[in-house]
Amino acid sequence: MTHVAILGGGPAGLAAAQGALAAGARVSLLDEGDRLGGQFWRHHERLTDPRLQHGWHRFERLRDALARGDARVHVGASVWSAEATDLGVRLRAVVGAADADARTAVDVEADAVVVATGAHDLALPVPGWTLPGVTTAGAAQALAKRDGVAVGRRTVVSGAGPFLLPVAQSLALVGSDVVGVLEASRITALAAGWLPRPWELAGKAGEFLQYAGGLARHRIPYRTGSGVVRVLGDERVEGVVVAALDADWHPIVGTEREVACDAVALGHGFAPRLEAALALGCDLRGDHRGRFVVVDDAQRTTTAQVFAAGEVTGIAGADAALAEGAVAGFLAAGGALGDPRLRGPVTARRRARAFARRLERAHGIRPGWTAWVDDATIVCRCEAVTRRAIAERADVPLRAMRLATRAGLGPCQGRTCGRAVEAIVAEAGGAPASVGFDRRPVLAPVRIGEVAALAATDPAT
Amino acid sequence: MRVVVIGAGIIGAACALALVERGAEVVVVDRLGVAGETSSRCEGNLLVSDKAPGPEAALAIASNAMWRTLAGRLDADRRDGQPATEFEAKGGIVVAFPGGEAALERFAAAQRATGIRAETLDAAALASAEPHLSPEVAHAVRYPDDAQVQPSNATQALLAAAMRHGARLVVAEVTGPIGGPGRIAGVRTATGAIPADVVVNCAGPWSAEVASRLGARLDIRPRRGVILVTTPMPQRVFHKVYDSDYVGAVGSGDAALQTSIVVESTPGGTVLIGSSRERVGFDDRPGVAPAGAIAAKAVRLFPFLERTILLRSYFGFRPYAPDHLPVIGPDPEIAGLVHATGHEGAGIGLAPATAELVAHAVLDAPTDLDPTPFLPTRDGLRETA
Repeated sequence: MTHVAILGGGPAGLAAAQGALAAGARVSLLDEGDRLGGQFWRHHERLTDPRLQHGWHRFERLRDALARGDARVHVGASVWSAEATDLGVRLRAVVGAADADARTAVDVEADAVVVATGAHDLALPVPGWTLPGVTTAGAAQALAKRDGVAVGRRTVVSGAGPFLLPVAQSLALVGSDVVGVLEASRITALAAGWLPRPWELAGKAGEFLQYAGGLARHRIPYRTGSGVVRVLGDERVEGVVVAALDADWHPIVGTEREVACDAVALGHGFAPRLEAALALGCDLRGDHRGRFVVVDDAQRTTTAQVFAAGEVTGIAGADAALAEGAVAGFLAAGGALGDPRLRGPVTARRRARAFARRLERAHGIRPGWTAWVDDATIVCRCEAVTRRAIAERADVPLRAMRLATRAGLGPCQGRTCGRAVEAIVAEAGGAPASVGFDRRPVLAPVRIGEVAALAATDPAT
Repeated sequence: MRVVVIGAGIIGAACALALVERGAEVVVVDRLGVAGETSSRCEGNLLVSDKAPGPEAALAIASNAMWRTLAGRLDADRRDGQPATEFEAKGGIVVAFPGGEAALERFAAAQRATGIRAETLDAAALASAEPHLSPEVAHAVRYPDDAQVQPSNATQALLAAAMRHGARLVVAEVTGPIGGPGRIAGVRTATGAIPADVVVNCAGPWSAEVASRLGARLDIRPRRGVILVTTPMPQRVFHKVYDSDYVGAVGSGDAALQTSIVVESTPGGTVLIGSSRERVGFDDRPGVAPAGAIAAKAVRLFPFLERTILLRSYFGFRPYAPDHLPVIGPDPEIAGLVHATGHEGAGIGLAPATAELVAHAVLDAPTDLDPTPFLPTRDGLRETA
């Protein structure tokens, strides 16, 4: 019986599990969260307000399919190593709280793997963004959704993309006064992305209108071509400077105004989590403005027996993740792309990919944002590296720049700052790097003792 | 005299500085730029402790002394935005577990005879020098002259100094020679030709490929080394601390995974744990086996590491010759071509002395060092080339 491992328990991973089970495989699914669902269906058994969940029935169906099938689910599992072997793949994880006395090692050998590691939200640096009270939009959303907690009493939501709308809605529902949602893209870009071929949008337009209606009900203003360009405060957030942005996201001089608030949620897009795919040898496409795993129509990567689905192949939202996951899981288990059971997912995937192109056209990060970052702004928060320090070393290879400035060498290993650092290097004339900050041989923090345990069991050592 | 230096790693940067300071016109050519590969993928060891008596030990002793003045000079001269070399003469402590005491003491005694300072520590001295070391350790020798730099920063500082003296950096891949058989008159690159009187091959693990593109034969191969980095913590390791089982590993030609453990703190608060040695060509996916082997030995040395978080790991390729000695001097068949490579895991430490030997080979500059053992004409190299 084919054994399919699945990395990630969000929409893509859950759909992959269902697909693999349907094709007759045995499944091992690993996710670092305490519960299945990923970021999209992040929840708490008691604390989550059901009004904040979307497509919850779909989640329940997928979860039930896992429970009924021949599947082992490891939640709270930090996968720290992924290797492609002659026989398939080998994943190593530790299960248990980060500060637990002892954690359990989980070693999964499988014939194929579906990489469904998703994305984390991306906040571009803004002067003052290291002040307490500034969070990513995703963190604000997670606190609201999972714990029912608001990040502040008066919150400004700023960034780009439709994700800002549910974030604002969640904040309002948990009791924060949302001063405004500031969308960096101008109305012309939004129109170019959202308006053509409206029949393709079907449910998406409805979703958007539903959120927009929610904002209206809570009297939350939605401004386009606008963004937070500076966060004000001494000890913590006391306000923000908002400016109008041009089509390239350059702040327009003379439009700045101060807005009082005690919290800021920043979300300029999403960054795929590529380290597992890279460790498995998968090729990427794109450059520092966005890199994704290369897949074919069968969701196959360039490494044999390694499939990818969801945001790692392109930021396209949960519907795309569900469709891609279904295809990837089914194919990873040995099923055929022409199987009638895949007709629905294949159609849905085509529609979802068109939606992804719209998203990029409407909300994609534009290069002008670097103009709101001044020389002294900290770009790498872990190591407190300023824009100036990075720009001054832009002329050396990326690896040498990192070692010289320590940008991206801290606990987050460039997950937060990588893309911003690369943009600043590129703007300062540095040579483009092929992989950037995404190659992380240690996929997740692991104890030296847990790594040492390999030497006792592994014949290779 | 115009010299093209191929490679902007530590050896190329040190050679560029030595040559330009002695009056040569220098163009450094590198396919990536300064410190793009091995010199940004290693530990920055300036060691005498691991050298058995012989020609490399003599070179290491001389080079170690040269680093002390060089690092100070580079740090004093640095400009805005340029990182410090992080030179630190912290000293090294080699320890043996039960059963290894005699071998370590014999090795240290032989080193003392060649002028390497090696002080045997008693239990009390060891406990005060490294209080968190495993109580299992049975014997320890301190090497006060072992030191370290941040190798990438040191390379960047060396090249910046060379460029302030007029050296130029061209980022391009060398594709072939200018000039006919038996004589080189410069290099061709992907972006144009660069005529020169002398070409110095400092391409590290890629020097065999570069030599071959220039029409020469040179047997230099890559050896992969993996290094682990922990999260920052209050300092609990105060020297470079090695497990003496490395004695013998450096020179081994065995392809299988070997480890020689060095544990040390960095100025950033992280602990660096190196290193493995594997002959696997340019394979860039080490997997977990080297990390597992290194971690196990590191925990044996410092039990507190067991619960320490591994933050990242990296690997690099070290250039080695069949007889495990650096290759420094004129190519035996092609006039105008000089090699400076094959330093294995010791290139950072041996860079200043290597540069002096290259200046001797290229400009006939005076040196007290003996170039003979490192010449590309030596038997140990030609037999297997």
